[in-house]
Amino acid sequence: MRTILYILQKEFIQIFRNKTMLPMIFMVPLIQMLILVFAATYDLKNVDIFLVDKNLSETSRELVSHFEGSPFFNIYDASFDLAKAENSLKSDDADLIMLIPENFESDLIRDDEVGLQLLVNAIDGNKAQLIFSYVQGILSSYNKKVIAEWKGLAEFNPPLQIKAKISYWFNSELDYKWYMAPGILAILVTIIGMFLCGMNLVREKEIGTIEQLNVTPIQKYQFIVGKLIPFLVIALFDLAFGLLLAKIAFNLPIAGSLALLFGFGTLYLVGVLGLGLFISTVADTQQQVMFVSFFFMMIFILMGGIFTPVDSMPDWAQTLDRVNPIYYFMKIMRNVVMKGSGFTDLIEEFVSLIVIGLVFLSLSIWRYRKTS
Amino acid sequence: MIKVENISKSYDKVEALKDISFEVEKGELLGLIGPDGAGKTTLMRILMTLILQDRGNATMAGFDVVKSYKNIRLLVGYMPGRFSLYQDLSVEENLNFFATVFGTTIEENYDLIKDIYSQIEPFKTRLAGRLSGGMKQKLALSCALIHKPEILVLDEPTTGVDVVSRKEFWEMLKKLQQQGITILVSTPYMDEASLCDRVALIQKGQIMQIDSPSTIVENYTRKLFAVRSGEMYRLINDLRSFEKTDTAYAFGQYLHYTSKNDEVEATELEQYLLEKEHVQLQVFDIEPGIEDVFMELMSGKEL
Repeated sequence: MRTILYILQKEFIQIFRNKTMLPMIFMVPLIQMLILVFAATYDLKNVDIFLVDKNLSETSRELVSHFEGSPFFNIYDASFDLAKAENSLKSDDADLIMLIPENFESDLIRDDEVGLQLLVNAIDGNKAQLIFSYVQGILSSYNKKVIAEWKGLAEFNPPLQIKAKISYWFNSELDYKWYMAPGILAILVTIIGMFLCGMNLVREKEIGTIEQLNVTPIQKYQFIVGKLIPFLVIALFDLAFGLLLAKIAFNLPIAGSLALLFGFGTLYLVGVLGLGLFISTVADTQQQVMFVSFFFMMIFILMGGIFTPVDSMPDWAQTLDRVNPIYYFMKIMRNVVMKGSGFTDLIEEFVSLIVIGLVFLSLSIWRYRKTS
Repeated sequence: MIKVENISKSYDKVEALKDISFEVEKGELLGLIGPDGAGKTTLMRILMTLILQDRGNATMAGFDVVKSYKNIRLLVGYMPGRFSLYQDLSVEENLNFFATVFGTTIEENYDLIKDIYSQIEPFKTRLAGRLSGGMKQKLALSCALIHKPEILVLDEPTTGVDVVSRKEFWEMLKKLQQQGITILVSTPYMDEASLCDRVALIQKGQIMQIDSPSTIVENYTRKLFAVRSGEMYRLINDLRSFEKTDTAYAFGQYLHYTSKNDEVEATELEQYLLEKEHVQLQVFDIEPGIEDVFMELMSGKEL
């Protein structure tokens, strides 16, 4: 036990003597929380419409004015020339072409029905879907108005309709930042912990100090634990720092227990730090550690559900996520912070993280060899 | 203290050590001498329990290097060829760290390292990375000694160190030896061989000869000449094209020359060179050094 203390003492002296370490510990959370959370938003704003109004009637103008009035849409340009409109879609200047046919008003009066063509840039399928549903919303409210006016129904006798009253739980203002902040924070502590820890161990190999350490009576587990704890402490500190930043910058409500959050954080970090250490016991250079860790991080993050809900991933992907520590921690972070979930709600995650942690940690202790 | 029996080790297809056997007595200073790539480091790493041999056995202070590696680590001090202390820790922090992981303190074993450590103690707050080469060696030696080992294994401790520091370093080794520590040291420098009790000449993974430096030199019975002229480059070419020549190597200011079957006398050699119009010519008999023995062995001949 005393040996571990001496190793820890040595590690902390080295960490605080390292000139890049302190900026890393403070700047990475600052930048990630303040820039990424805002940038990674799903809120749709400023959709540029290229308008091709071949009708130019009172009805068509009124429809267009509905779009102009919406905060989501913006008439970027208008022309009679469809080719020109298509070019602006190709050059990415417009997101959407709205084509109002020549006989828009007359057909509507005569047939009670008329077509309207929308051409959406669907490179980003999600965005296209969102645009479509926003357009639908505007069109249906316009439709209702048209029906009411033309059928001559009185304001006191509105047409029958079902109105859903929606109440948004756990994030009543649908603030996307509140959803992203815990997720980004989960990634942040992973990067800090896994990379720094892995790089640190392999650095001993690169500069040869491991040679001298290996002939000491330090035991494998003492060495691994001595390497793990400093970065666990740093990562937990960054978790606290990140939460504080989120609280100050976008008033993130923390519904659940902080103790629970940090308890799970510790459990999770032991697992990913164990993975980082395992990678570095296999690798020979910092470069290799960077590459392999990055590979795992990318898969873990993208499959972990930071941007896309895991529930809508294919079944095999959801099965794979069973061994993805980031998936569990992302879920824990969001549930504890936003929903206020307690320990009993997260038993499954708890057990999974313990298993993952044990596996990675034992792998790294097993693979770290004093003899080659 | 150290016993090596039929050790072999291969890296892929390269045979680093071929069936090596030798013993080192308690309190003896054995030098492993050989060129780069001879297998010196591999042998030391096997003895230090850092790599496993393919075949054979070895014991250090009676402990098997494979089975009882934990005991060995407590009893042996190791100084790797590359400076392997923490460059970002100070002199004192390095020494303290290695003392504590061995479960001891600087004070407890200060006697042993006093002579060496006192020379770098004025710089004890300096980071190890900012020390000069000679001071780094002294620190590394102090760290290897801090747990009072019975055996000291030093892998090329004087490579890249200036002449004065090299001399000092060997004096320190001699003092440690007097305190009863068994020392195994490797070096590529032949001139350091005479400072060892015994030397093992090692090449291509094989020990070619192991004996005291004086015996090794005594066993060398060839007729050896030192030759010098005004034009050394032409001299070596002329000598090598001489049909009776066996070897001609440059050794400092002179060429060391042997002839086939030792049949050439100094006068004959001088005659031959004068015909080649060499001026300021000097030819005389010399006593062989350990380097001459090694060159002979390298050329693959039996003595």
